[in-house]
Amino acid sequence: MFFAQVAPDSIVTPDIAWTALVPHLVLAGGAILMLMVWSLAGRWLPRWLPSMVTAAVGLGAAIGSIHLWRRVTDADRGPFSAVADSVGIDGFSVFLTVVISLTVVFAALLADGYLRRERLDGPEYHVLLLLSAAGGVTMATANDLIVLFLGLEILSLAVYVLAGYHNRRAQSQEAAIKYFVLGAFSSAFLLYGIALTYGATGSTNLVDINAYLRSTVLVDDGLLLAGFALLLVGLGFKVSAVPFHTWTPDVYQGSPTPVVAFMASGVKAAGFAALLRVFVVTFGTYADDWKPILYALAVATLLVGAILAVVQNDVKRMLAYSSISHAGFMLIGVHAASADGTASVLYYLAVYSVLVIGSFAVVGVVSGTGDGATTVGDFAGLGARRPWLAFAFTVFLLAQAGVPLTTGFFAKFYAITAAVDGRSWALAIVAMLSAVIAAYLYLRIMIAMWLEGSDDDAPIRVPVGTVVVLGVAAAFTIGFGIFPEPIVDLARDATPALVNSP
Amino acid sequence: MPPVLLAEASFPVIPAMVLTPLVGAVAVALLPRGRARMAQPLAVLFAVVTGAISVWILGDFDTADAGFQFVSEQGWVDALGISWFAGIDGISLFLVVLSGLLFPLAMVAVDPGHDHKAYFAWLLVLEAGCIGVFVALDLFMFFVFFEIVLVPMYFLIGKWGHEDREYAATKFFLYTMFGSALMLVGIVSLVVLHAQGADVDLTFNLVEIAETQALATNSARLIWATFALAFAVKVPMFPVHTWLPDAHTEAPTAGSVILAGVMLKMGTYGFLRFGLYLFPEASTTFAPLMITLGTIGIVYGAVVATMQRDLKRLVAYSSIAHLGFIVLGTFALNTEGIDGGLLQMVNHGISTGALFLLVGFIYERRHTREISELGGLQKSAPLLAGVFVLVMLSSIGLPGLNGFVGEFLVLVGAFNAHRWWAVIAATGVILAALYLLWAYQRVFHGRADGENETMPDLRFKEGLVLAPFVVAIVFLGVYPKPVIERMEPAVDRLVAHIETFVDDFDEPVADDGAGTGFDDIEVEEHDAEEGAADAGTPTEAAEGGAD
Repeated sequence: MFFAQVAPDSIVTPDIAWTALVPHLVLAGGAILMLMVWSLAGRWLPRWLPSMVTAAVGLGAAIGSIHLWRRVTDADRGPFSAVADSVGIDGFSVFLTVVISLTVVFAALLADGYLRRERLDGPEYHVLLLLSAAGGVTMATANDLIVLFLGLEILSLAVYVLAGYHNRRAQSQEAAIKYFVLGAFSSAFLLYGIALTYGATGSTNLVDINAYLRSTVLVDDGLLLAGFALLLVGLGFKVSAVPFHTWTPDVYQGSPTPVVAFMASGVKAAGFAALLRVFVVTFGTYADDWKPILYALAVATLLVGAILAVVQNDVKRMLAYSSISHAGFMLIGVHAASADGTASVLYYLAVYSVLVIGSFAVVGVVSGTGDGATTVGDFAGLGARRPWLAFAFTVFLLAQAGVPLTTGFFAKFYAITAAVDGRSWALAIVAMLSAVIAAYLYLRIMIAMWLEGSDDDAPIRVPVGTVVVLGVAAAFTIGFGIFPEPIVDLARDATPALVNSP
Repeated sequence: MPPVLLAEASFPVIPAMVLTPLVGAVAVALLPRGRARMAQPLAVLFAVVTGAISVWILGDFDTADAGFQFVSEQGWVDALGISWFAGIDGISLFLVVLSGLLFPLAMVAVDPGHDHKAYFAWLLVLEAGCIGVFVALDLFMFFVFFEIVLVPMYFLIGKWGHEDREYAATKFFLYTMFGSALMLVGIVSLVVLHAQGADVDLTFNLVEIAETQALATNSARLIWATFALAFAVKVPMFPVHTWLPDAHTEAPTAGSVILAGVMLKMGTYGFLRFGLYLFPEASTTFAPLMITLGTIGIVYGAVVATMQRDLKRLVAYSSIAHLGFIVLGTFALNTEGIDGGLLQMVNHGISTGALFLLVGFIYERRHTREISELGGLQKSAPLLAGVFVLVMLSSIGLPGLNGFVGEFLVLVGAFNAHRWWAVIAATGVILAALYLLWAYQRVFHGRADGENETMPDLRFKEGLVLAPFVVAIVFLGVYPKPVIERMEPAVDRLVAHIETFVDDFDEPVADDGAGTGFDDIEVEEHDAEEGAADAGTPTEAAEGGAD
């Protein structure tokens, strides 16, 4: 009786368009199902099964997005929102959903051999991976700042744990703590930014915010601008833009290598999804206010990433700093705030994810048991010891350096085009200079691999899952490097839209 | 402006020329480990096929046609207006042929010593890249090839080079990448501004952009600067030449031959094809600067070459001087200068390529490049000494050998355009005689002692490799007409193009029009045009030549 007084007669629950949530449900449902099955029957299941199941779930989520892609690119139906306008399904979100899902597939395949080598195998890694991907997909499809924050937290909490997954390695623990403390801090910034934006516009729904900003001239926009700044801090942390990057090298160096591969691809994709949707799409009318800040962020990110990458001696740290520099290239696309700019970021994310996963796949194999042998010297003579492994790594490094006929070149080219199209020549020049500086770092690794000898002849075991990842990634990098058109077209079709249900 | 003729090829020779070496590279790389000895013959086979195609192109080339021939076009990334668009005209023809012929010779000439498979695979990739640069008529495609050649060359220097190879390879890669990085921004800016200026979709089509000239003067000048920097590094021009001595010296012999023979020409060719053609106004504006830098390069390269103790480094610095001549001729902006520059590109490829081969042969025998440790080789290796003399004289520019024709035309062109620069540049010819003859004296004359006394002479295979060089040196020296008459229409068209689009520019010709003194090596059409130049305004004459 007591409860009856408090509760309303009926709670109005929103209609849920389950079909729109297929990727979310597959990822999250897969995670929960796995946790249950393995806690009940784990001891009877083979050790390779978790990573296979995870890869299958990731693939399932990607395939489950195809019908959404058909629907949103269909001229008659187009983008739509679901679950009381909190989830927006458009080409943009579907594209990133597929990217994030596929990074899960790769990360799972990499983890198989790695976890068994480090004797960490079990379903927990995979469950966390799937949950974080579900969070990432939620971010990519968020149509509401609160949902965005929820997605970010689901993603982040799982990745904090993954960073510390190697429980016998002090660096891994350190990475987890560092990532967690700083990440929690940045989440607070983001949340505060959301609160201020709500205060300024009266809504957390992106469509409403956009409509409000379009139709209203704010006499005093201090609150809104403060909201922008705080949102940018929170999201800048996730995409490791300078000056919010300081966690990146330490966390990348300490975390288990397959986790790093996921962090640099899937997590980054989710971060850029949020950045694009919030700033370019929602706050598009205020572009003049936030563009200068992004300009400065992009320049700093490009240069600091490239310069600090060159002076490192640890390959994981090098790749961490180079990933910062690559984030700078993507920030250029964000700064352009145009259709081409958004498409260039999407293209960059898709191809860079493959590159960075491939790179860390090689690092994870070479680092050896204990995951510690990651200095440049440890790569010496790899060309003689494992020519194909060294060849694959060379492909990824050359692509990251932006050598033509690889996906990396076209990604840079497209980002530059977006910048020039927006008349930001200085930004384009800074970007290319940073690419030259960073090239030195990739050359250093290649010199070690091909031109230096090594007296270390310990066998390097390459697990089957890693072979598959390397093969697919290298073929992707060269194949779509020579014929970039299919992915360019997909990225151009993946336009973001702001729609609420009528 | 007459529309540029684009003659389609009956058979896709250009794709075949680019793809053959690539297929070869894959085939060589996939040879089973035990069959590594097969790498060289297989690679040479593919290179010879490519060379044969280039010779076929030379034969099938329509001399009278000033436009692009053998054109092949194919969409690539339609959304951004990028396409595979390739063709050959008189400007690129001989560079394509030079690449086609130099590669098989360089492959046969020297044995890399280790890792044969990778070595020959990289050389074939390099060949595809080099040919691609010279045939590309799409800016994106050009940049792709321009940049991709860095990778094989980097590995060739880094893995098969001499002592300081890693340093030299890295320096080479970063230096050239720095130059072209800004050019990428320039290319994209050019394309975007062209699309806005001409109100068309994005297109990377060179001919379309060049013939429209939709850019504002200042934008064109700034973009020209990015192109010029990339080409200047590649040439290399003073003061961005410092990568060259290291790269040339440390590269394996075949690498040096290709670097000097083909890759340096990418810069000078770039100036012609992209600098002058795309930016006529900016090119004329900055011509004095380029001529000054070219002249400095001539004198500087020669002086520094004189000081060298390392024979290979000496040849490397002599390249800087020779390429200064090419830049000088190009930016004289008249038919003689550009003709001479083009001819000099081919000649330099032949002479310096042969010089690097000879130095490589000496190094293989004596394992040193120090001039002071060599001496009296004339006695132990008379044949090698004989070929060296001929090649050296061609490099100095002795009349009757190929080097003379090019340098002479360059100096005539430069004299008509900027008299005093030509005078200074002419001292470069004297200095060339100084450093090369002096080097020859120290290496081949005198008393042979120690190992110098017993150094074996040229082997049969080496002689066979050098024979084409010798033939070319003499043939082009005595009878350069077949080469010049194929270059001439395209060069005339280029000069006319500049005159059309630059209001106050007339082709700098001799004041009296007659006293140039090279009529005997000119072709008829040009004589007629010279006559017209006497009678009418130079603009009309040049346009008449382009029709």
